[in-house]
Amino acid sequence: MTMQVLRRVEAVELVPDTREPHAPASGLAVTIRRLHKSFGPRQVLRGIDLHIHAGEFVAVVGRSGCGKSTLLRLLVGLDQPDAGEFWFESLAQSARAAAIRVMFQEPRLLPWASVLANVEVGLSGERSTHGARERAIGTLREVGLEDRRDHWPQVLSGGQKQRVALARALVSRPRILAFDEPLGALDALTRISMQRLIERVWIDQRFTAVMVTHDVAEAVTLADRVLMIEDGKIVLDQRIDLARPRERGSAEVAALEGRILGELFRDTGVGENA
Amino acid sequence: MPLAQWALPAGIIAVWEVLSLAGFIPARVLPAPTDVLTAGWKLTLNGELPRNVWVSFWRAIVGLAIGGGIGFALGLANGLSRRSDKIFDSTLQMIRNVPHLALIPLVILWFGIDEEAKIFLVALGVFFPIYVNTQHGIRTVDYQLVEMARTYGMSAPRLFWRVILPGALPSIFVGLRYALGIMWLTLIVAETISASSGIGYMAMQAREFLLVDVVVLSIVIYALLGKIADSTARLLERRCLAWHPAFQTTGELAP
Repeated sequence: MTMQVLRRVEAVELVPDTREPHAPASGLAVTIRRLHKSFGPRQVLRGIDLHIHAGEFVAVVGRSGCGKSTLLRLLVGLDQPDAGEFWFESLAQSARAAAIRVMFQEPRLLPWASVLANVEVGLSGERSTHGARERAIGTLREVGLEDRRDHWPQVLSGGQKQRVALARALVSRPRILAFDEPLGALDALTRISMQRLIERVWIDQRFTAVMVTHDVAEAVTLADRVLMIEDGKIVLDQRIDLARPRERGSAEVAALEGRILGELFRDTGVGENA
Repeated sequence: MPLAQWALPAGIIAVWEVLSLAGFIPARVLPAPTDVLTAGWKLTLNGELPRNVWVSFWRAIVGLAIGGGIGFALGLANGLSRRSDKIFDSTLQMIRNVPHLALIPLVILWFGIDEEAKIFLVALGVFFPIYVNTQHGIRTVDYQLVEMARTYGMSAPRLFWRVILPGALPSIFVGLRYALGIMWLTLIVAETISASSGIGYMAMQAREFLLVDVVVLSIVIYALLGKIADSTARLLERRCLAWHPAFQTTGELAP
């Protein structure tokens, strides 16, 4: 019953945002070739080949330790690959860092900075440019937290903190936004409303989204394409062509979720709870 | 509420006064609080007390600035740089294990009983708590925040000012408050053993002339100075760490 109500409330928020005409298709295409990464003797990624289209929403699923988070860390430049390369369409190497933003599982807000100052961290080099503060406030408004701009982060709830982290990632208008299980620590209801928020800003800004998640339902609800990584390789590349917004728990979503879960547990059989 | 914390000391002083007046405590052992106050008033009028308090206060502050400054700088350097840590830390830890008051004979040989001797001892005493806690604070800054800052392309100076220093500040304040305690302790010992001015000197002079009231007065003044220093540090801490959950009252708004 409450779920029904929530969904209806959320549906109101999903009306397309027409406040400001954004540049069309700001997303960046990425090509990954023969990517390898080892930690000590353990080979985590063993030859990843992948092309992500501009503005595409890609979800990466897999069991714990399959290398999905490592792929994301390499993509955003936090770790360096042992072999292989990333190729970003029409982007100079120097501009790469500013074009890619990442949202972690933890909000990682500076506890000694106000909510607004935390969002301004995302402006990096642009923070002293004209209108930078207005942009930060505007982004905070987009995630619905403008009235909390002067608060300390720790008085916010887990979901609100994650929304501030999203605003920080969005404020510089990234061309690729990487999500490392950003909703893993949230309760079920907050999770759903965050998913809707992420979908809305993605539709709005058309960045390329790469989301690592262990929640297959989340992947199917949000992504254009679900990749599964197993033993350091991509073993499944599934297009999701359902219309948006997708109904959680609808027959099509459930069918796809079941198929992908089936793939995940193919070798292990039932009873394994990875 | 502020009244409550003064109730116990006030009660003790009242009982002490009554027992002294009734003759249970001989004045040679412990003069009545009113006698101590009278002695303080007399010494204030002839200028001896303000002069000695000022001298002691000045030694404390200069020693703290020098020792604390060097400790802070080395703590930063060794917290931030592995190489600097390798070069300095084990030597510093060796020196730390020598009680600095054990150096008094050597210090007197070096500096006589001049100002340098007291300032040197205070500086040495406050150095270690500030050094150790600054280094520890920097080392234990949340690595996830540093990583976050890297993904946003923060420059090294900005990373320091926005992430590392604020993260280390709670630990640095622990060091400061600990150092303040050592500062007064060192000063009392140094002034008692070798000085020609200061509160410790005043107390030793009074002892020679059996002026018990002045001796007690000196002790009370040390206590007051210590309390003032600690309160100042707490106030500063409350200001600088307003974001910290431990210091949050009702103010959930950032300034």
